[in-house]
Amino acid sequence: MVMTDPTDGGRFGEFGGRFVPETLVPACEELEEAFRDAWNDPAFVKEFHQILTDFGGRPSALTECFRLSEQLDVRVLLKREDLNHTGSHKINNVIGQALLARRMGKSRLVAETGAGQHGVATATAAALLDMECKVYMGEVDMERQELNVFRMQLLGAEVESVSSGSRTLKDAVNEALRDWVATVENTHYCLGSVMGPHPYPWMVRTFHHVIGDEAREQCLALMKRFPDVVVACVGGGSNAAGIFSGFADTDVRLVGVEPAGGAAVGRGVPGVVHGMLSYLLQDEVGQVQEAESISAGLDYPGVGPEHAYLASIGRAEYPSVNDDEVVNAFQLLARIEGIIPALESAHALAWVVREAASLRGQVVLLNLSGRGDKDVDQMMTILGPGNKQ
Amino acid sequence: MNSASKIGRMERFLRDRRDTGSKLLVAYITGGYEGWEAAVETAAAAGADAIEIGIPFSDPVMDGPVIQKASQIALEAGASPASVLAAVPNLDTGVPHAVMTYYNLAHHAGHERFAATLANSGIDAAILPDLPLVESAPWREAAAAAGIETIMLAAPTTPEDRLADLCEASKGFVYAVGLLGVTGERANLAATATEIAGRCKQVTDKPVLTGVGIGSPEQAVEACSVADGVIIGSTVVRRLLDGEGAEGVGDLIASYRNALDAG
Repeated sequence: MVMTDPTDGGRFGEFGGRFVPETLVPACEELEEAFRDAWNDPAFVKEFHQILTDFGGRPSALTECFRLSEQLDVRVLLKREDLNHTGSHKINNVIGQALLARRMGKSRLVAETGAGQHGVATATAAALLDMECKVYMGEVDMERQELNVFRMQLLGAEVESVSSGSRTLKDAVNEALRDWVATVENTHYCLGSVMGPHPYPWMVRTFHHVIGDEAREQCLALMKRFPDVVVACVGGGSNAAGIFSGFADTDVRLVGVEPAGGAAVGRGVPGVVHGMLSYLLQDEVGQVQEAESISAGLDYPGVGPEHAYLASIGRAEYPSVNDDEVVNAFQLLARIEGIIPALESAHALAWVVREAASLRGQVVLLNLSGRGDKDVDQMMTILGPGNKQ
Repeated sequence: MNSASKIGRMERFLRDRRDTGSKLLVAYITGGYEGWEAAVETAAAAGADAIEIGIPFSDPVMDGPVIQKASQIALEAGASPASVLAAVPNLDTGVPHAVMTYYNLAHHAGHERFAATLANSGIDAAILPDLPLVESAPWREAAAAAGIETIMLAAPTTPEDRLADLCEASKGFVYAVGLLGVTGERANLAATATEIAGRCKQVTDKPVLTGVGIGSPEQAVEACSVADGVIIGSTVVRRLLDGEGAEGVGDLIASYRNALDAG
């Protein structure tokens, strides 16, 4: 059965593993043990869900898109992770990791962020649990997501600009890892996606499993059946892993949508970076290439190892969409349903729009992983104010 | 085959030097950075017992700002594993060479092919800091088959049971990571530097060299009160970044050599 526990070495098929400097191996081992222990402790699980409910606003709604469904002739249901506190699914994972860090006696969190969503969520969890927080963010992303930088600062986090390499998410991960190598004794690295060394891909998916569990129940309550297709955007792949995990044991079609400029599954070959063996965009000798996408949150040249595995065995598929399709989908959802999606989530919708003819008459459950407020400024630049395109 | 015949050129060379009572000095230089070949030769002439040649990688997670910067400049100038390795046979050093790079370059090429390329280029050993013991067996086997010694890193956080396995698996020498952190000079030698070297010395008679965080000849001497030698990198590469060239590197290495010899 897929989407259960990885092997002892943290492998999903051949993918995954723990490719980190020796300094961090004991920290990964400690984290794995602490996570296993905590997740078997009903008190921990209860507190996790309690905070997600009282603070995070769970369960998130399932919204039927009547007008969109009529236009596409595809029944579209949205899992509304955009309605969570901090505006995306990211809160699930950071609450889990921050509680775990506290349980491990660590007083400081470091995190990487691309679009800023994970950084904001981590800063939020740190404020809630009275922990010190430092967020690494690429210089390029800081310009693209100025508001999120300020939000993190308001929440008491220190935001450190990363000017090495491509100055985006990939390099922010490097810098967070370097911080952790030096501070591992009092610091937990609050990684933001289903990537990195074991146990992160498994642990982060487990904290997001709640998305899939809720969506499954909500679909059954609404339709007394599963959807035909579950679709989500994929950068590292955490929101997709969360919703997929609720349907992995069914025959529902699972679709992870990558940006054309960062299609690690679609165009990558197996490689090792950031502690994991997975599909990776790299040049002819193995230097990691820069991803290029309209959305900072998907600007990542790799993908979580479990997605690599799901793709390799054919359980999930990973098509890509281009920036123009994303911009159109972003506007479409705003106009027709009154929901401004995150640019990341708009990738999933862009695929549904493009494939509408082949999906005709089917039920598609789309994970709307985040809200688009953070992207409004960027879209204003792209479209111009008052643009009626 | 007896165990002595399995000892590779790096380890044999460093053991022999150690047996003469000398403390060992290994210098790291970023391959592909302008003037690196001359810097390598000058470092050897000035008293380095082995040279670590960096093959620049796009995502050097174990490196601090100085080596990151040199790597990035080298990559932008077109450095590749092939271009760096092609220059190695022409280097006139008289000492063993290790490469220091990241695992994906070996993974991408394929273990056997990468190891063979190293061996054919006159490289004796390899250091892959993001390939910990638990993931390293396939690479170490392929490397050993090609005659390449894989130098393993021991960290201050490494638990006792793994430390013994790690020192056993390490070939060439044991790289004792002197502190919790990435490469770079520090104002003072961390207490962990002598601690980890001492722990390694208790479980192995292979040469134990301390690297990461050594920023002055005085610190090198202090580290060598326990370790068999030191690895210096950022302090060397900074000379190149500052435009001091091979001559600056030679002067620096000589200052370390003199300090270590004076004890």
